[in-house]
Amino acid sequence: MSAIPPQPIRLSLASTPAHLPIVRAGVGEIARLVGFDEKAVDAVVLAVDEAMTNIIKHAYDGRNDQPIEAAFTALSEAADGGPAGLTIVLEDRGKPVDPAAVRSRDLDDVRPGGLGVHIMGCCMDRVDYTPREGGGTRLTMTKFLRAADKPGARQPQLTGGTRG
Amino acid sequence: MVEAKLNSPVRQVRQEPQALVVTLAGDVDLHRTPELQQELVRVVERRPRRIVLDLTAVQYMDSSGVASLVKLLSSTRRQNIELKLCGMAPRVKSIFEITRLDTVFDICPALKDALA
Repeated sequence: MSAIPPQPIRLSLASTPAHLPIVRAGVGEIARLVGFDEKAVDAVVLAVDEAMTNIIKHAYDGRNDQPIEAAFTALSEAADGGPAGLTIVLEDRGKPVDPAAVRSRDLDDVRPGGLGVHIMGCCMDRVDYTPREGGGTRLTMTKFLRAADKPGARQPQLTGGTRG
Repeated sequence: MVEAKLNSPVRQVRQEPQALVVTLAGDVDLHRTPELQQELVRVVERRPRRIVLDLTAVQYMDSSGVASLVKLLSSTRRQNIELKLCGMAPRVKSIFEITRLDTVFDICPALKDALA
């Protein structure tokens, strides 16, 4: 059972790479409180880091004073047995993302760039881009808390997630 | 021997008989990769026969860090310089596995293996 209430935890962030270590520390603690084991915590932290990096580099073209709104919502187990987990929403007001153009890069091509979306998809169970009302992009990522992800259970592989 | 700059993940560059050893430490993310890339360019300009990146003290790496190492790999291949990575913690190795770049780089368990 999650140790945090169902109300979203909201953070107002700036698009500066200097804040990334602080964001990673906070996200890791939230994921631990939800009940993920350390492998899954690492996956959630990496997914948020990659999402923030993409927003800073692509939506805001490297400008470091632009707003990023983050919301973290713990999902409790549904009455029908649906899984508990964590949903993370990141909203920016930068260049809009064309959801059809957002895809994992071809990993046979080892040129730098474009790895972030692939990593987010591997780390999280669902990754969805939608236009933000008023401009920008809303990114919603969800990771479910399976029995194997609970602390003390058998360690799952970080690479074991499926892309949404 | 070259020592660390303030925000750079490069802690030390030293010449060993077998290779130029570049020691990285801390987090390698978007905040720190611009300086990393500049320093790696300077390392390649020294034209060593082999470069070993010692990642033992790296606690975290994201795609920005991985992309910097892909650039380094591309550069060393063009100049026939051997490149080896070593000392990856499981958390760091996992990002190479996710991106399937663990099969592209020559990854050794420890520094002594990379210098063998």
